[in-house]
Amino acid sequence: MNALKIKKGATSHSAYNLRSNFSDTQEQHTLAVVVDNEAGVLARVIGLFSGRGYNIESLTVAEIDHEGKRSRITVVTTGTPQIIEQIKSQLDRIVPVHEVHDLTVEGPSVERELALFKVAGAGEKRVEALRIAEIFRASVVDSTLESFVFELTGTPEKIDAFADLMRPLGLVEVARTGVAALSRGAGA
Amino acid sequence: MTRQMTGAQMVVQALKDQGVDTVFGYPGGAVLPIYDEIFQQNDIRHFLVRHEQGAVHAAEGYARSTGKPGVVLVTSGPGATNAVTGITDALMDSIPLVVLTGQVPTFMIGNDAFQEADTVGITRPCTKHNWLVKETDRLSGVIHEAFHVATSGRPGPVLIDIPKDVQFASGAYTPPAKADLGHYQPRVKGDQAAIEALVALMETAKRPIFYTGGGVINSGPSASQLLRELVDATNFPVTSTLMGLGAYPASGKRWLGMLGMHGLYEANMAMHGCDLMINVGARFDDRITGRVDAFSPGSQKAHIDIDPSSINKVIHVDIPIIGDVGHVLEDLLRIWKARGRKTHKEGLKQWWADIDDWRRIRCLDFTPSKKTIKPQDALVRLEALTKDHPNRFITTEVGQHQMWAAQYLGFEDPNRWMTSGGLGTMGYGFPASIGVQVAHPDALVINVAGEASWLMNMQEMGTAAQYRLPVKQFILNNERLGMVRQWQELLHGERYSHSWSEALPDFVKLADAFGAKGILCTDPADLDDAIMEMLNHDGPVLFDCLVEKHENCFPMIPSGEPHNKMLLGENADTSSAIGNTGAVLV
Repeated sequence: MNALKIKKGATSHSAYNLRSNFSDTQEQHTLAVVVDNEAGVLARVIGLFSGRGYNIESLTVAEIDHEGKRSRITVVTTGTPQIIEQIKSQLDRIVPVHEVHDLTVEGPSVERELALFKVAGAGEKRVEALRIAEIFRASVVDSTLESFVFELTGTPEKIDAFADLMRPLGLVEVARTGVAALSRGAGA
Repeated sequence: MTRQMTGAQMVVQALKDQGVDTVFGYPGGAVLPIYDEIFQQNDIRHFLVRHEQGAVHAAEGYARSTGKPGVVLVTSGPGATNAVTGITDALMDSIPLVVLTGQVPTFMIGNDAFQEADTVGITRPCTKHNWLVKETDRLSGVIHEAFHVATSGRPGPVLIDIPKDVQFASGAYTPPAKADLGHYQPRVKGDQAAIEALVALMETAKRPIFYTGGGVINSGPSASQLLRELVDATNFPVTSTLMGLGAYPASGKRWLGMLGMHGLYEANMAMHGCDLMINVGARFDDRITGRVDAFSPGSQKAHIDIDPSSINKVIHVDIPIIGDVGHVLEDLLRIWKARGRKTHKEGLKQWWADIDDWRRIRCLDFTPSKKTIKPQDALVRLEALTKDHPNRFITTEVGQHQMWAAQYLGFEDPNRWMTSGGLGTMGYGFPASIGVQVAHPDALVINVAGEASWLMNMQEMGTAAQYRLPVKQFILNNERLGMVRQWQELLHGERYSHSWSEALPDFVKLADAFGAKGILCTDPADLDDAIMEMLNHDGPVLFDCLVEKHENCFPMIPSGEPHNKMLLGENADTSSAIGNTGAVLV
């Protein structure tokens, strides 16, 4: 049994090698994925993320071309540069996926998110909420004597900031759409 | 003018138009209309298996030994769920399959109907793509598209779920030429600049190596031909993964043997020490790389793969070439020749001298016993008695016997070796051997098995007997789950938790019960005669070879270790290795 001397080390007890990635820097990327609008396509995309352990920070999906039956999925994800590359290649090999764009690296892009905020309160707090909403150019889409519903469009950071300000002023509920994004300029 | 027919008729017509002559399946309520159509024709042969998993593995064996897609037909619910293991196996090993499943009628979907399962939901992550067809008019087009997706790019299994009312209803048949194959058109030609960059590295490399995989086999026989030409013209050494055995002939002068966890010493040492690694259709699987941060530290790496997601997934490569192996090798060979067929001759000479030193270790040596049959010995004898057979195919189950088969059997041609590599599915080999034999009725088809794996799909004895398929089941019976036992011995303090085979059947009687032939062999002196008896019998044979119970499979790279830290068997001559290479043999 002289050949069988194995160090009883930590790694040898696993059938797998617990590997580190090539670079540890976490990056956030916004991906636009154009897909056939067919049953199950969203499940394929989400299943890829959950099955392979990738992160989804935000996800939006809607049909963008009724005639051509195309939908656009916008995913905000985080990972090391290698993981981001993997996500893109893995998305690209899903059969109903037509295009995968990494808006974070393909040049300047615009990102917008829409959110609805319900704020309830009276007196000075209610006045303050309305004043801040004006500063943020949020519009009032519903109002009672005790509450407002504000509609706000902007970058996710702007919406976060608005939510932080509304919280002490009687924020009841928030609904956010997630990010929609397009590249800047004339090109597709 | 379009032809009207029922959905069930469409299935049969579309299969015929796709050139399918063989289907493996099992009937049930939700596929009865299709079975009714199969009954009324003679162009497609249907092989009735005994379990749906067997149907999928048989189709895999058929596909891998012919290069054509395998076709499976099973019913809804349990029929589909039983097929899942086989489908996942095919996905991991990139085997083209078209799986047809029955489904409850469309108006009952979602009602928890009898034998209903969310088949497309369950199989979404284990197929390359799948479809639920709700309109008969779309059915034939989807079937044609399914064959296209299964066989193009990196091959894989696809599944079409067909509700029973869609099978009964009539619709317009779309012939293959008119079918919309969708936008799925993977790129096959490699980037010329990348190929030229690789040629430039090949011209100056002192210690190059070809590391080839299943992609060479999947690319077709011409890819194997090109690989042989390239290897022989450059005088570069070549090793292969488990999946790629046979692409380069085992008798070839430049063949180093398989690499990886149970690969040959010379192959792994060459991978560790090379300065240029050319990965041809392999995917840096964890059984190959060992410890990734110490994987081949001094080399530049090129990677030829048709699947962009394989590039940089595990190992960072310097030259990625996305394309079909056959196309890329053709360009590579052409450009290398056009630039003057240059290699670093001096460097190669020293490289081969190093390799010859590693070969002198004789890492596969073992001590044959006169009392008990060593499993390696059984395979050495099997190889000696069958290697000259003009038409031999080998399948395996999963475990020690599989690794020994890869080490001790030689493959001269592609598509001759069928084994479950990625998923490691025990129970794969027997039904796979059935699929191979169906595709090649006159061939010698041997399934090298362990008794535990073999029992996992032993019900397929019925299939082998029914169709008189003369498959040889060569069972290396150590009454143990050998590989589990080996790991427990080496890594878990010799606590053999549930790794023995209790209450084994009498395999000779078992064969007899199915009308097959059983052979028991216990004495090394009888081995040759017993193997000849197996080979000479015209019919299925269960060969129960009782082997040494505690034999370990070496060489072995313990996980978490790099390629140059291999465990070798007791017989390997390690004296020169330590002196010559400084390798640390733990």
